Amino acid sequence: MAKKKRPVIERDDVVVKFVGDSGDGMQLTGNMFSDVAALIGNDLATFPDFPAEIRAPQNTIAGVSGFQVHMGNSKIFTTGDLVDVLVAMNPASLRANLKWAKKGATILTDTDAFDEKAIEKAGYKQDPLQDNTLIDYNLVKAPITTLTKESLKDLGVDNKIAERSKNMFALGILYFIFNRDLKPSFHYYEQKFKKKPELIQINKIVLQSGYNYAETVEAIESVIQIAPAKMEKGRYRNITGNVATAWGLLAAAEKSGRPLFLGSYPITPATEILMELAKYKSLGAKVFQAEDEIAGVCSAIGASFTGSLACTTTSGPGLSLKSEAIGLAVITELPLVIVDVQRGGPSTGLPTKSEQSDLYQALFGRNGECPVIVVAASTAENCFYYAYEAAKLSLEHMTPVILLTDGYLGFGSTLFRIPKMADMPSIKPPLAEANDPDFKPYKRDPETLVRKWAIPGTEGLRHRVGGLEKEDIIGTVSNDPLNHQKMVDYRAAKVEKVADFIPEQPIDGAPEGQLLVVSWGGTYGAVHSAVKRLQDEGKSISHAHFHHIMPLPKNTEKVLKGFRKIIVCELNSGQFVNYLRMKFPMPNFYQFNKVQGLPFMINELTDKFNQLLEEK
Amino acid sequence: MDYVNMTVERSNVQLSKADFESDQMVKWCPGCGAHAILAAVERVFPKIGYRKENFCMVSGIGCSSRFPYYVNTYGFHGIHGRAAAISTGVKIANPRLSVWMATGDGDSLAIGGNHFIHIIRRNVDINILLFNNQIYGLTKGQYSPTTPMGKITKTSPQGTIEHPFTVGELVMGAQGTFFARVPDNNINLMTEAMFEAARHDGTSIIEIMQNCIIFADKAHNDITGKEVKDETMLVVKNGEPMIFGKNRDKGIILRDTHLEVAEIGKNGVTLDDILVHDQYNQDPGIQLMLAKLAPPHFPMVFGVIRSAMYPTYDDLVEEQIKYAKETSEIRNVDDLLNSGDTWEI
Repeated sequence: MAKKKRPVIERDDVVVKFVGDSGDGMQLTGNMFSDVAALIGNDLATFPDFPAEIRAPQNTIAGVSGFQVHMGNSKIFTTGDLVDVLVAMNPASLRANLKWAKKGATILTDTDAFDEKAIEKAGYKQDPLQDNTLIDYNLVKAPITTLTKESLKDLGVDNKIAERSKNMFALGILYFIFNRDLKPSFHYYEQKFKKKPELIQINKIVLQSGYNYAETVEAIESVIQIAPAKMEKGRYRNITGNVATAWGLLAAAEKSGRPLFLGSYPITPATEILMELAKYKSLGAKVFQAEDEIAGVCSAIGASFTGSLACTTTSGPGLSLKSEAIGLAVITELPLVIVDVQRGGPSTGLPTKSEQSDLYQALFGRNGECPVIVVAASTAENCFYYAYEAAKLSLEHMTPVILLTDGYLGFGSTLFRIPKMADMPSIKPPLAEANDPDFKPYKRDPETLVRKWAIPGTEGLRHRVGGLEKEDIIGTVSNDPLNHQKMVDYRAAKVEKVADFIPEQPIDGAPEGQLLVVSWGGTYGAVHSAVKRLQDEGKSISHAHFHHIMPLPKNTEKVLKGFRKIIVCELNSGQFVNYLRMKFPMPNFYQFNKVQGLPFMINELTDKFNQLLEEK
Repeated sequence: MDYVNMTVERSNVQLSKADFESDQMVKWCPGCGAHAILAAVERVFPKIGYRKENFCMVSGIGCSSRFPYYVNTYGFHGIHGRAAAISTGVKIANPRLSVWMATGDGDSLAIGGNHFIHIIRRNVDINILLFNNQIYGLTKGQYSPTTPMGKITKTSPQGTIEHPFTVGELVMGAQGTFFARVPDNNINLMTEAMFEAARHDGTSIIEIMQNCIIFADKAHNDITGKEVKDETMLVVKNGEPMIFGKNRDKGIILRDTHLEVAEIGKNGVTLDDILVHDQYNQDPGIQLMLAKLAPPHFPMVFGVIRSAMYPTYDDLVEEQIKYAKETSEIRNVDDLLNSGDTWEI
């Protein structure tokens, strides 16, 4: 077949998803594809979609692993609802993902993987490549495994190794479709396989062969071009929410001068933060993998008493186990950052899927009157800033902070404009000075109600703290009824006063109108995109996305009062909306909820908003 | 890697008991064995010689765990069962503190059992005073993991049907490096064991046979009582033969694979046949056998039974950090943020 020049189609944004058997290398392929897009200046968001099992049986739906990337020539807010290009390496992955493909989407398949057995295992009655299953799509059928082996024939590579590089053949085809340069990937191989030079050559050949193959097949009628996005000048990198969270904590430790201590226990989808921090002993981070969730938080409380920026990371079930200890940190008035990377619950629930259903637990899930600060990140990138802020608030206000992220943010990645540490806000913990004659363990700053932090080892400040109620100011054990009332009130007021130190709630759109859309946490991208679409159509709709949950920003009531209707969208059964109803009893709250382990789709949001705008 | 041993700074003045006395009213029952333990701690802390600000006392929940309020050091009264986890955090965060933990048989062997075995396994340099009174005192008399089988308590009106833990056996099963057993009625033995625990690098468990005068009074009397103790207590000292008895004529010998009580001068047994105590032996074989001995056929062994040298968790943490600081290119967070693949726009 002859190579022919293809017409170039300019697109604003495209969603690509790589799917295959776990073990087919879809995560790597997706990451490499995204890195090249980032390098030429597209903005992007990615999300891996993998099963809870490490290696489910081959060619089954349970074993499908995927990686989705949304890239564009302007700011990208979500990983995309529906897919423009689907790379499906086997029948099961096709079957599991076809519902996410747009009508007319390009679907690239490895025809070699569509043998009778695999087709049957996927649950197809007959070969979907031969019947009408894919009639609405632009199907590119390529014998990828055969072609990969053939391309390596001259090298005498054994079949197993050859087969394993078929994902690079598919990537080569995609690079042609998206008019990408192969050099960055060549460079990547050279770095990655320094110690195994034969693999550099194998991967280069396979990638190039895939690219060349695409150039010759008829099915690919055009190539897609996405112009670079207009982004703020600066140095960029790709970052996942979990890595950004880990780095935010390291940044806060450096800025505050307090050594970082992490006491954690592995739990999906939060483990990556623990693994990431374990790498940075050179920054003095002390990372303790505890025997259980309780030991994780308790070791952190011990480290906090001792003067560290102490953190523990977990997900919903782990937060339940930590509840009692968080109460201990509340009554001892010690800083503690608890990161909850939320997942589907209750109980073990959906470990690898995302949800926002731990909000009640974060706000209320402890015995006694036990307020903590709650903040929520909304993008993979700003996990860095909210982890930093959680640490700052905790250290400066001497109280635990729960940072809520979720599996979608934690695993997902966005581009991250690299900040300079010099530009990060200062963090000044209220350390007690040695031999301070006025030091009393529970003496408070009259303005913030914050007590001083007296670090063991410091001369002249020996004192005791603990879980028993303490006498105001002097800190001895007290059962006095009025003292207890006073201390309960102090701890609550201390947390409420944090509202003086956080930004006011911004509104995206007019401050008054028909409909205010309220959201919080990891749904920002989808909700923002949906609101923007209706704003562009001229509808009277605004958006308030909350990052500060407890306390709420001081102007919250004013923000809510500017609208005829308020709809609160969240991936739970209505936890934030009920919290708002409790705080601001108003009749015009509506809610839109979804608890399926899936993010919001923009269309389902706009449908709901339109319905509310139309109803009188 | 260099061996980084974080030592605790010493006091440059001679401290006394008064330096560690708290102004708080001690609210244990009159006659409770805990009073004697407090007296032993106040006596041994000045002798250890660290700066008074470098002592940190951590506890869980229970009668024993009120301890931090009664001694004038930095102190942390934790939650039930979690003292081991809290003290682990304290010690890792600041290895220059001398960390002591006060706990009980309920606190550390029931609700805190998991943390107890893991702190021992890791060998974190913490001195654990385990008040073993074989009962839940603060909740008024329920059986604990060390209550002898068959004992009638408030939750076992027909007698318990559980096998109790032997603390020393549990400690050595968890790869403990230091185990001592002392009675609460012998302040000298208590202070000696505490002093040795302070000197030992690693997790030190001191099981204190403590009397709960209200809910399990005289629980240890069959062993530590004045009338019987000569025949029921064997106090071991490193390098010395294991001799006991009113007339100091009984000793422990090793026959085949087990220990036996022998009378010196009978059946050809001489002093040379008596086992000599080696608390520093890394192999816990004999030490484990000693920890398990109990009447009626044997005396119970007291004193420092095991004190073996192994690297501590907290030292290894410091070593890894030191090595990473010497070898890593990432020296601050700006380095980190700009590491790996980045590009300019």
